[in-house]
Amino acid sequence: MAILVTLKSPIAAIGREVLDFTQHLGSLFLFFMWGFVLIFQPPFQFDKFRQQVYFIGMKSVFVICLTGAFTGMVLGLQGYYALVRYGSTAALGSAVALSLVREMGPVLTAIMIIARAGSSMTAEIGIMRISEQIDALRTMDINPMRFLVSPRIAAALICFPLLTALFDVVGLYGGYLSGSALLGLNPAFYFARAQSSVEMSDIIGGFIKSIAFAVVVVTVCCFQGYYTHTRAEFGAKGVSISTTSAVVISCVLVLVTDYVLTTFLL
Amino acid sequence: MTRSPLIQLKDVVKTLGANRVLNGVNLSICRGEITAIIGKSGSGKSVLLKHVIGLYEPDGGAILFDGRLRAAMTPAERRALKNKFSYVFQDTALFDFLNVFENVALPLKERNALSLAEVSRRVRDKLHQLDLHDVEDKYPAQLSGGMKKRVALARALVTDPEIVLFDEPTTGLDPIRKNAVHSMILDYQRRFGFTGVVVSHEIPDIFFISQRVAMLDEGRIVFEGGPDEIQEAAAPEVKNFIQGLESPRDDLTGIASHSIGQNRLLQEMSRLQRYRIPFSIVLLAMDNLEDVDRIAGHVVAQTVFKAFANHVTQNTYITDTCFRFDINKILVVLPDTNEEQARDFCRKLSRTMQSHALFGSIEPVKGFCYSVSAGVAQANKDSGPDELIAAAGQRVAVFYECRN
Repeated sequence: MAILVTLKSPIAAIGREVLDFTQHLGSLFLFFMWGFVLIFQPPFQFDKFRQQVYFIGMKSVFVICLTGAFTGMVLGLQGYYALVRYGSTAALGSAVALSLVREMGPVLTAIMIIARAGSSMTAEIGIMRISEQIDALRTMDINPMRFLVSPRIAAALICFPLLTALFDVVGLYGGYLSGSALLGLNPAFYFARAQSSVEMSDIIGGFIKSIAFAVVVVTVCCFQGYYTHTRAEFGAKGVSISTTSAVVISCVLVLVTDYVLTTFLL
Repeated sequence: MTRSPLIQLKDVVKTLGANRVLNGVNLSICRGEITAIIGKSGSGKSVLLKHVIGLYEPDGGAILFDGRLRAAMTPAERRALKNKFSYVFQDTALFDFLNVFENVALPLKERNALSLAEVSRRVRDKLHQLDLHDVEDKYPAQLSGGMKKRVALARALVTDPEIVLFDEPTTGLDPIRKNAVHSMILDYQRRFGFTGVVVSHEIPDIFFISQRVAMLDEGRIVFEGGPDEIQEAAAPEVKNFIQGLESPRDDLTGIASHSIGQNRLLQEMSRLQRYRIPFSIVLLAMDNLEDVDRIAGHVVAQTVFKAFANHVTQNTYITDTCFRFDINKILVVLPDTNEEQARDFCRKLSRTMQSHALFGSIEPVKGFCYSVSAGVAQANKDSGPDELIAAAGQRVAVFYECRN
């Protein structure tokens, strides 16, 4: 009997973990759906939406351009030296463009936005929670989900694809800079191959990914902040752990989602 | 007057974590009254208040509004009910990303019932009344603790609510501002007739503004009654709590506290009865303190009252006792004094106030008349202190006016 109990306990522990995980995913999904539906509840919150677009989108432009440029340059450099062995450097444009549009653009953009805006979303909402500002909203009959989460979801759904497009374009020019300007590849070849190899389905696939990442990132980051008070740790410590969790969980989920979507899109 | 309960808590039970915070709370909050909830720190006063507004749902028991069970209300009814409430949080809970003006305007803006011009007018009005008009562009982080409290009050009152819940609204304020907040709560309550629930540690000041007091201890209401009744409550937990918190001096004026004054009055009564030593009392009232509140602001009104109390103390002898009798009243006990001598005291006080300009340090309000009245009564051995005070209250005459 004792052996049976010993054997059962790890299985039960795994089962509990799986159940907890599934429940957590369910909570995240409901959280997103609740926030998403409230976007369309009149009167529309244009001002808050605009502020969030500025915060998530405009303020990320510089960092996206910077990472996009260097990612493109590295791809150009590595691609050139890989292709030169086979005498097919003319394919560099295709390699850089496809890598960027299909994978690097959406994934790196999402990760950069997590670092820049996602963490601060969690911290801001978390601080509002621990300082009773969310309760204050409720006492004023203001729905905190509509007030805090919905504008962020709407802004993320707009900003992620746009920033991904920006990343792709800047990355493409970064690849040109290292491949053509530095290493001497004919720019006409580079851009012609880039143009001919990228199809509309690649671009649409990239955008689908970026929208999926927007959903994942904004949901995880807002959720972690919104429920920071349910943690075992209180106050500033709770907010700091929520912020770390938000960054780690959303990064991991972005990569997992990327793999799942790639298998479907290919 | 029949007291009609607006909010009723019946056997409310709440457990937070492993701690049973409310253990069968029964409380009635009556329409148009201010109910003070007092109790030790950590006794669950704030949790109780959060149950009233619906931030917490009870684990057991029932909460009724106007006789209707809240749990049985539809979501629309609950929203309509919530719109009648305002809540002043203990730590203010101001939105740190909004400036003072935006903080106060938020509840009005979000309801979308008013034009922006009207919102702006109401907010500016409220900020002016609370002496906050010069900080409207500042953010909460740039304000002092007292200012934050006032901004939180402005935000709670800007919607003209029917029920206002105050969670320790004066903690951390200096005596003038603390009294200003109390007088403001009373003033607004009289003007708009809202029902107020104030969680407070300010004893006895809170008794000046409340019609009902409830004491929470170990998760239960151990006392519920009028502010006068609590002073005479026999239950040891109530007695010990009140005596432990009550300071011998009034915070604002520095004169004796209400209970010290009452004791002195009783001592003089017994001296009169035993040795036939006469004594008189003078009941001084700043009649239009409420008007000062409205015209010059609550802080000015309290500063005026403090200046008035200073004049009174300067004109009393060491054997006399003056104590704060009410939010705008000071009672002076004059031993070995008959009624005529007490009137002389009033005349002398009036002369001093005229010659020293009572409100010298305060910016005058043009055309406004500050008015102080006095009622004098000599004690006789057959009557008790209450009759004596009532007699003084009936013989009131204006003895000082200062028109700017």
